[in-house]
Amino acid sequence: MSKKVLVLGEVRDGELRNVSFEAVAAAKEISSGGEVIAVLCGEGLNEAGKALIHYGADRVVLAEHSLLSNYSTDGYVQALLQVIDQEKPDGLVLGHTALGKDLSPRLAARLKSGLISDVTSLEQAGENVVFTRPIYSGKAFEKKVITDGLVFVTIRPNNITPLEIDESRSGDVSAFAVDVKDLRTVVKDVVRKASTGVDLSEAKIIVAGGRGVKSQDGFKPLQELADVLGAAVGASRGACDADYCDYSLQIGQTGKVVTPDLYIACGISGAIQHLAGMSNSKVIVAINKDPEASIFSVADYGIVGDLFEVVPLLTEEFKNVLVKS
Amino acid sequence: MNLYVILKRTFDTEEKISISNGEISHDSAEYIINPYDEYAIEEAITLRDAHGGEVTVVTVGTEESEKELRTALAMGADKAVLIDTEELDSTDQYTTSAVLAEFFKDKEYDLILGGNVAIDNGSGQVGPRLAELLGIPQVTTITKIEVNGTDVFIERDVEGDVEKIETSLPLLVTAQQGLNEPRYPSLPGIMKAKKKPLETLEIDDLDIDEEDVEAKTKTVEVFMPPKKEAGKILSGELNDQVKELVSLLRSEAKVI
Repeated sequence: MSKKVLVLGEVRDGELRNVSFEAVAAAKEISSGGEVIAVLCGEGLNEAGKALIHYGADRVVLAEHSLLSNYSTDGYVQALLQVIDQEKPDGLVLGHTALGKDLSPRLAARLKSGLISDVTSLEQAGENVVFTRPIYSGKAFEKKVITDGLVFVTIRPNNITPLEIDESRSGDVSAFAVDVKDLRTVVKDVVRKASTGVDLSEAKIIVAGGRGVKSQDGFKPLQELADVLGAAVGASRGACDADYCDYSLQIGQTGKVVTPDLYIACGISGAIQHLAGMSNSKVIVAINKDPEASIFSVADYGIVGDLFEVVPLLTEEFKNVLVKS
Repeated sequence: MNLYVILKRTFDTEEKISISNGEISHDSAEYIINPYDEYAIEEAITLRDAHGGEVTVVTVGTEESEKELRTALAMGADKAVLIDTEELDSTDQYTTSAVLAEFFKDKEYDLILGGNVAIDNGSGQVGPRLAELLGIPQVTTITKIEVNGTDVFIERDVEGDVEKIETSLPLLVTAQQGLNEPRYPSLPGIMKAKKKPLETLEIDDLDIDEEDVEAKTKTVEVFMPPKKEAGKILSGELNDQVKELVSLLRSEAKVI
């Protein structure tokens, strides 16, 4: 049965996030030949709207309001409820991002609907769509279905392949008047900490450090490697607890769960809590002095050696080959 | 201040996971308070000590969760409530939040705290769902909170950036790592906890129709990720290993 599925697109620093294109692809699958409508909230969203059409949305609704240029729970709940009331969708897809995690349960409660969070893949099974998601921080997986009402899911960045961009796709991009008021939480300031601007959850490549980096300065060679690769820097709990870096970098059972294409673990022993956060990465490289370190058990490639020797060599080698290509 | 903490009993993070009869095996597993909920408990105790009032910890689960509630009391919470949902057939986050909302309906609360996510199911839904059902604002993944009268100043983690937020009570917040360093229960704390009130409520004690809290989602299968084949440990001169690695990442793994 074909369905009408709504997708919330997410714009950050004027750019649509990749996860929004992935969400369109997921919505397309859920719609099974129905209509995919992307929603954008904020101001000056025409270009982003067109991009969503090029990535496969059939139609785009722009909820334009000055109070929506920055995310707030109340503002976005109000705006989306008004769009949902107008469109009456059968499905709703958001990214499992900071925004999606804050907003989706609140919307689900208002809509009295189920919600399957942090979906990594989906498949048709008869009348139902079956969603796969990690549990126990990726130590296991479950397949879930919505048994009643709205098919509402959030998808984990980096896992669902977006449709090929096709600039010949066309579709209606139109403004929708929303009424937004009485925001009860006010963002006074945002302090940027993520140094490279590459977000861990969306990064294609992550260079992570553990206790083996030994100090805050020890992260410098890792950052240099990350810069060459356009990668994000992450850390194990050990490195965070030892105050070598900020907790916002922590990957693991507590901390972030990541699934990049390439994960380079430097001086990380591979405690089970850390493995839970990264073992589903597509390719894992381990660099560690201790050949017995359990990180090698999940690594595709390993170098036994001192990270302070290996990482700078690796940076130089990547520089060489990436310049040539 | 009337402070409430919603907490969940979860598998210890050290536990290996196995599956039997299509479900996660619970045999012999060690249980703990969900680590993110521990931050919430610690923050609630700190706020009470600064502003006065009472900390009540609440969990939805089975009678086994008494142990985790006692631990929270030993840390310094004043009262505990266990809402036993053993008799419900199908539960999900819709259920849990609906049950909690019913519990909170006639309570006076200034601040409700919880973890931002539980490390077992990992959906992070119950906190924001509850805030919506109670009609109060929420701030998720907080790393700092100051209360001044009914004004609240919060710092929250947004994918590595810090958002500074102003809001007011009543409020629901969810804790992120970095909020504080949870205390361990002291021996006197453990002794005192035994005498602190722990109330158990059944679904029948709340004004709930089972059909109204029936789950909206269903798990149809649980499985383990495919085991990884042993990787390739490189050998030879370090320089050559590095060159080989870069070449393998480009030609074999094709990730660069």
